[in-house]
Amino acid sequence: MSSLQGYVDRRVLLILQDGRVIVGVMVGFDQRSNVVLSDSKERIYSIDAGVEEIPLGLYLVKGDMIVLIGELDDAVDTAVDLGTIHAEPIPPIRY
Amino acid sequence: MLIFSVFKTLTDQQVTVELKNDLSITGVLKSVDQFLNIRLDSIKVLDEARHPHMMAVKNCFIRGSVVRYVQLPSEHVDTQLLEDATRRESLAAVKR
Repeated sequence: MSSLQGYVDRRVLLILQDGRVIVGVMVGFDQRSNVVLSDSKERIYSIDAGVEEIPLGLYLVKGDMIVLIGELDDAVDTAVDLGTIHAEPIPPIRY
Repeated sequence: MLIFSVFKTLTDQQVTVELKNDLSITGVLKSVDQFLNIRLDSIKVLDEARHPHMMAVKNCFIRGSVVRYVQLPSEHVDTQLLEDATRRESLAAVKR
């Protein structure tokens, strides 16, 4: 079984179907890969400005919306100065 | 079900997963489930310069429903066996 158990209490990065990127601590999940994040922030990427972080707090993301869940390497993540990163936003899913 | 079994035999192999948002991720296949959700370890995004979003991500869980292609290591897939198994499965489906 490819479960999400290993990600509980870890800092994770979610990529959603509409291309949004959310980081937060995973506090729970279920069979349908619905996920609850605490202390979450949305990261908005753009070409002409650095990454903007918008605090969202406690967030529940429906499994249907999730593309990918990645475990963040905190040492690497904190070492990066988000303000200096300019990148295209992730494209939305097209079926 | 057959493809699920194929993926199970490929654990610990290096695969490239192309997603429906045009992201391609290479990594070591750690596990698969019935929905073909995939867990990858030591991942690397193709064209990292364009997609720095996942710089700090070392392993990930990919939802099966957003996978477009999976590139498999051909030396670890027995296509003859797969062909036979496919025929057997479709024959069984017809008999039922």
